[in-house]
Amino acid sequence: MDAIDRRLLDEFQHDLPLVPDPYAAIGRELGIGAAEVITRLDRLCRAGCVSRVGAVIKPGCAGASTLAAMAVPGDRLEQVAALVSEYPEVNHNYQREHRLNLWFVVTAASREDVDRVLADIRRRSGIEVLDLPMLEDFHINLGFGLQWT
Amino acid sequence: MDVTARELDLINALASGLDLCDAPYAQLGLAVGMDEVEVIERLTELRRRGIVRRLGIIVRHHELGYRANAMVVWDIPDSEVAEIGRRLGQCPEVTLCYRRPRRLPDWPYNLFTMVHGKDRQTVETAIAAIAEREGVAQHPHQPLFSLRRFKQCGARYGRRLAAAE
Repeated sequence: MDAIDRRLLDEFQHDLPLVPDPYAAIGRELGIGAAEVITRLDRLCRAGCVSRVGAVIKPGCAGASTLAAMAVPGDRLEQVAALVSEYPEVNHNYQREHRLNLWFVVTAASREDVDRVLADIRRRSGIEVLDLPMLEDFHINLGFGLQWT
Repeated sequence: MDVTARELDLINALASGLDLCDAPYAQLGLAVGMDEVEVIERLTELRRRGIVRRLGIIVRHHELGYRANAMVVWDIPDSEVAEIGRRLGQCPEVTLCYRRPRRLPDWPYNLFTMVHGKDRQTVETAIAAIAEREGVAQHPHQPLFSLRRFKQCGARYGRRLAAAE
């Protein structure tokens, strides 16, 4: 990762230019061509540092979602985590340090669809699922500055 | 629900990301039957309304060396949670700040903040600093560090019946 990669990641997390050729526009800022921007992004994606070039949607605006938690016995964690990850409606799934050790986000078109997924997971795993939908969003996005030291 | 059916189509098409090609908005439009001008106009509008909170490179913190992340959960009296939530939501160390319901007796916490850092020590120090600086150290709180990531991808909102445009 060089200085141009770092600028790419620092400066273009929020406002990708909304012009027909956004990678060329980024390239002009960085003093490189569109092809090089694309090559660099492709490499960073392959390395896993970049998930995608895309949008983060304000919660509650489109469809419905919830944060769910389960207390899974240690010897079943792999199996239950895999069962949960199978659902296309699950977009994040983490093991966390707590008695409630499996935490995942379910996003779907409607609250009924979210409920259906939670009920299905509950039924298939035989484990209670805590449903913790967002009630209020307090975050003011001042940007997540990366520190390169 | 603040988005139209066409906007939702566009948001869904974006879930797997823009193509890395010369004209990615035109490419995205092919999937939803919009031309480049319409895609750009609609995304500009969604961004202006704050529905697209950000549009750009989505990094994976873990791979960039941010190996530690804690979901810090707080039990804040209902009368104070809005004010404290707004303050914690503005802390530079905090990347998400949501109020969620308690589920007593299992789950007493009603405010969730996410803190990322290069290692556990850094995150613990940051949490202590936030608690001290914002005067919330006396409220019960707990960091739930992540131990393993099983899945992380863009949200898919699916199709729904929406008011026609």
